[in-house]
Order: sequence, then structure tokens, then C-alpha cells
Amino acid sequence: MKKEQMVVTKHEQIADHIFQLTLQGELVSEMRNPGQFVHLKVSDGSTPLLRRPISISEINSKKQQFTMIYRAEGAGTQLLSKKKVDEVVDVLGPLGNGFPMDGIIEGQTALLVGGGIGVPPLLELSTRLVSKGVKVHHVLGFQSQKAVFLESEFIALGNTIIATDDGSYGYKGFVTDAIKDNGLEFDTMFTCGPTPMLRALEKLYGHKPLFLSLEERMGCGIGACFACVCHTGNDPTGTSYKKVCSDGPVFKAGEVVI
Amino acid sequence: MLDVNLPGLSLKNPIMPASGCFGFGREYSNLYDLSQLGSIMIKASTQEPRFGNPTPRVAETDAGMLNAIGLQNPGVEKVVSEELVWLEQFDLPIIANVAGSQVEDYVYVAEKISQSKNVHALELNISCPNVKTGGIAFGTIPDVAAGLTKAVKEVSDVPVYVKLSPNVANIVDMAKAIENAGADGLTMINTLIGMRIDLKTGKPVIANKTGGLSGPAIKPVAIRMVYEVSQAVNIPIIGMGGVQTVDDVIEFLYAGASAVAVGTANFVNPFVCPEIIDQLPEKLKELGYEHVTECVGRSWKA
Repeated sequence: MKKEQMVVTKHEQIADHIFQLTLQGELVSEMRNPGQFVHLKVSDGSTPLLRRPISISEINSKKQQFTMIYRAEGAGTQLLSKKKVDEVVDVLGPLGNGFPMDGIIEGQTALLVGGGIGVPPLLELSTRLVSKGVKVHHVLGFQSQKAVFLESEFIALGNTIIATDDGSYGYKGFVTDAIKDNGLEFDTMFTCGPTPMLRALEKLYGHKPLFLSLEERMGCGIGACFACVCHTGNDPTGTSYKKVCSDGPVFKAGEVVI
Repeated sequence: MLDVNLPGLSLKNPIMPASGCFGFGREYSNLYDLSQLGSIMIKASTQEPRFGNPTPRVAETDAGMLNAIGLQNPGVEKVVSEELVWLEQFDLPIIANVAGSQVEDYVYVAEKISQSKNVHALELNISCPNVKTGGIAFGTIPDVAAGLTKAVKEVSDVPVYVKLSPNVANIVDMAKAIENAGADGLTMINTLIGMRIDLKTGKPVIANKTGGLSGPAIKPVAIRMVYEVSQAVNIPIIGMGGVQTVDDVIEFLYAGASAVAVGTANFVNPFVCPEIIDQLPEKLKELGYEHVTECVGRSWKA
């Protein structure tokens, strides 16, 4: 983990309120697993005060660059969206443990399910799985057509189904229905997205190898503040806990209460 | 130039992370050598392990943050046998934050934790705004706070500092009552009770509804309270509340603090404490001081 002033090499809007930002710096050499995140300070002043956790969507070790995709919705991410090429961003990372890929081997099939701003970390994961010889299916849920992003990138890696809540593009409905209606089979599922979606997937597929990436409001991002703590699955009301930032953000189904 | 001596505490410099903002130091030890710090005020310990409050536990505000963690900790037995033993590898006098729901809890934790060899002082947490019983109730009524201080002093092997709540009508009365009860020092201030409401849902942003406001937004309140209390008592004060920079540290010293704790700023910049320690000698020189103690109380001393 490092704190570094990283340089913006590319920054563009790719969908409604969605921005893609590429940063360059030595910190990239520490990035290991897809699903890790960075913690960004978007202003030099005291407002907004806290850092913003944002997932890593692509890692280019050769160029010492990484890309992230975020939704410019609150004051912090709106400020971030104003950063121009050659400006610097204060980055702390890489943080968290990311998706474990040891359990899935060549010839097996992985189903990657993303929802909204949970889609980006699945891109690096899919790339790594494909290079390992794993067959990938992607089911990506968005609110509407104008919110869709990364479609062609995922298509290039494997079977890709886009689902929209309002039916304005692709399959109309939830990702869970899209999986069922398309008869998708898999050995391991990896997912990242809104908590209700994660809950639904855990309920349906929790008996199979399933890894979920959680989101929770964070203070420090490194495990010191206890803001993003959740109960463990084997002690749902007791004092055992996991921290989303440092023990996660990816957990095996059943490991924590979501 | 930076060494400071306070009851129980021989500090190589007056900078330390504030309780609740640094865990037990493990995470930050991956980033720098903790022995650089003056001390660490470790996360509050209670008699039994506590999970704390439901999430979301934090919310951002203008120049600050609200938190309602709810004193999550593994219980004093584990803090003593695991966390404090682990901290022994660093050259650091530890200040152990002690919390509870009733006097007996505080007494139990204080007696146990004060026997740890690297705990050189206690910080009595009578001002946590985020727990339903105990916590702030002890910190808002002078007689109750005094009674608790006396009870803990009787069992503690090390000097006892009491952490004052800013959520009182008269901070000086509270400080005097605690001094008269035998406290060796004061730490101040804890967070101010605050709240945020989500515009989309119309509901409070954090699950506990209210939380403790910290960060630069509260610094002027903290400075004023340290300024008032330091003139009214004869025991030292460790000041805190919104410290982000070396200039903030000097301001707290001028107000009357003898040492300064850094809280929320650790979340924004995990290297903030060693950075401030590095910058302090030059800042003192620039202001014409040979030793950090010369700054203490400058705002009200002749």
C-alpha cells in the first residue's frame, strides 16, 4: 500500500454520469488481484474531507497505469470528474483483497454478474480468467440504455448479456432473471453491485462457489476506523466481524451477513 | 526540542493519534514505524467485547465527519493479551482509553489494563456520544464524572486522564470537578453530537441517527474550550479536535494544551502524524522557540 500523487493520462465520460479515469504511477506495481480498490482524495481542502473508495477496472503493469470507472453523483466524484490530463490525484492503495482466482481452473466456466457501478472491477477479473483458460459469461445490469458502459470490452472476452431495469436495452429485468432465462451454467460466480442484487444472488446460488464484492461507507479504507464492519455468517448477532475495506471487499457467499 | 513530560508520560514528542482513529496501530504500522509517535491513544476497551452500532456508521459533513461506531472492541482481556503485547515491539508509552456502561465496568477495565507494562496512562472515556448507556451520561454531570474519576483513580496503577465532552453547558465546571476528584490530566475534546439527513430518503444518514462530529469543522470549538479550561485547572491537557497540520498543533499549544492528538486527519492522510512530527522543529524555529513547551498557553500567558 502506498500514497502517491498519480498523473492523469486519460479521462473521459463514457455513459450517463459515468467517467473513466486512467492514472499513472509506481503504485500500480503493487496491484495484485482484480477487485482491489483505491482511496482517492479529490480536493486539496477540507471539503470534501474524506477519501473516496473506487474500484480498479483495468491494470496495465507495463505502462504503470490503471483505469477506474466511477459515477459522478456526489460532490466528491463531481470534483474528481473535473480532473484534466497531466493533473495529479492523491491516491492511497491498492486496498482490499480482491477476487480470489485460485479455485477456478482452465476449462471451467465462470459467471461474472455486475450491477451498475459494480460492473468495472469485473473487467480486469474477466481478462485474467480468460488468460487462464477459463470460459466466461457476463451478465451486466444497468438502469437504462444511457447508463450502459463497457459492453464491447466484455463482448471481446466472452458471452455478454446486458440487462436493463426499464428494458430500454438488452434483456428487460433483473440479472437473476437473465441468468435463469438464458440457462447459464457455471462452476464459480463472481459478482459486484448493489446489495439487494448481491442478496438475491446469494439466496439463489449461495450453495455454489460464489464470491461477492461488497460496498460500505468507509472512513479510513485501511481497517483502522471500524466504519465498514459487518457480522460474520457463522455469528450473525455476536461480536465476530469482518471489515469490508481490509478483510474484503470480496467475500465468499455466507462468510458475512449482507 | 520536542520532548514533553506529563504525568506518567515521558513523550519524545507531543504528537499522538487520538483514540478511535487509529485502532490499535496495526494498520498504520504497515505504513511507518510507530515508534516515531509520542504515544498512541488506543481504541476504547470495554469489559466485554462489543460489536458496536449498525452501518452506515459514518457520514461526511462540510469540513468534518460524523461517526457512530459504538465502541466496537474485542474486550479488555484480548486488548491486554493481544493488542498491548503486540504494541510492546514499539518504543511507545501507550495511553489506554477506558469505556463502560456503569462505574463497575470502568473500574474493572481500568484495573486490568493499567497493569500492562506499556500502558503509562489511562484516558477515561466519559464522553462517547454513540452508546445508549454510560458514555456521555458520565461526561455531562460534574458530580457523576467526579465520582467515576475517584473510583478509577483508586484502582489504576497509572495516572488517569479524563476525556471531556464538548456537549455540556459549562466545560470549565466539568473540568474543575474532575480535577478535584483527582484526575492527573484532561484530554479534550471528544466529538460534538451531530446529524445529517438524506435528501432522497428523508432519513438520517447514519444508522444510529446521531453521531459524533469530528474534523476541522470542530477545531475552533476545541481551541476555545482548551483555552478556557487550561486557565482554570492546574493539570495538563492533551488537546484534540480537527488537527490536520503543524500549524493546528501550535494553535492548540498556544491555547494551553501540553500535547496534541490527531484524529480524523489520519483517515484523510494516514501519514499525517509522522509528517507533523517532521515539520514541528522547523515551525518552532520559525516562530522563535527553542523548545515546544515554550508555546504552551501563550495565548493567555502575559
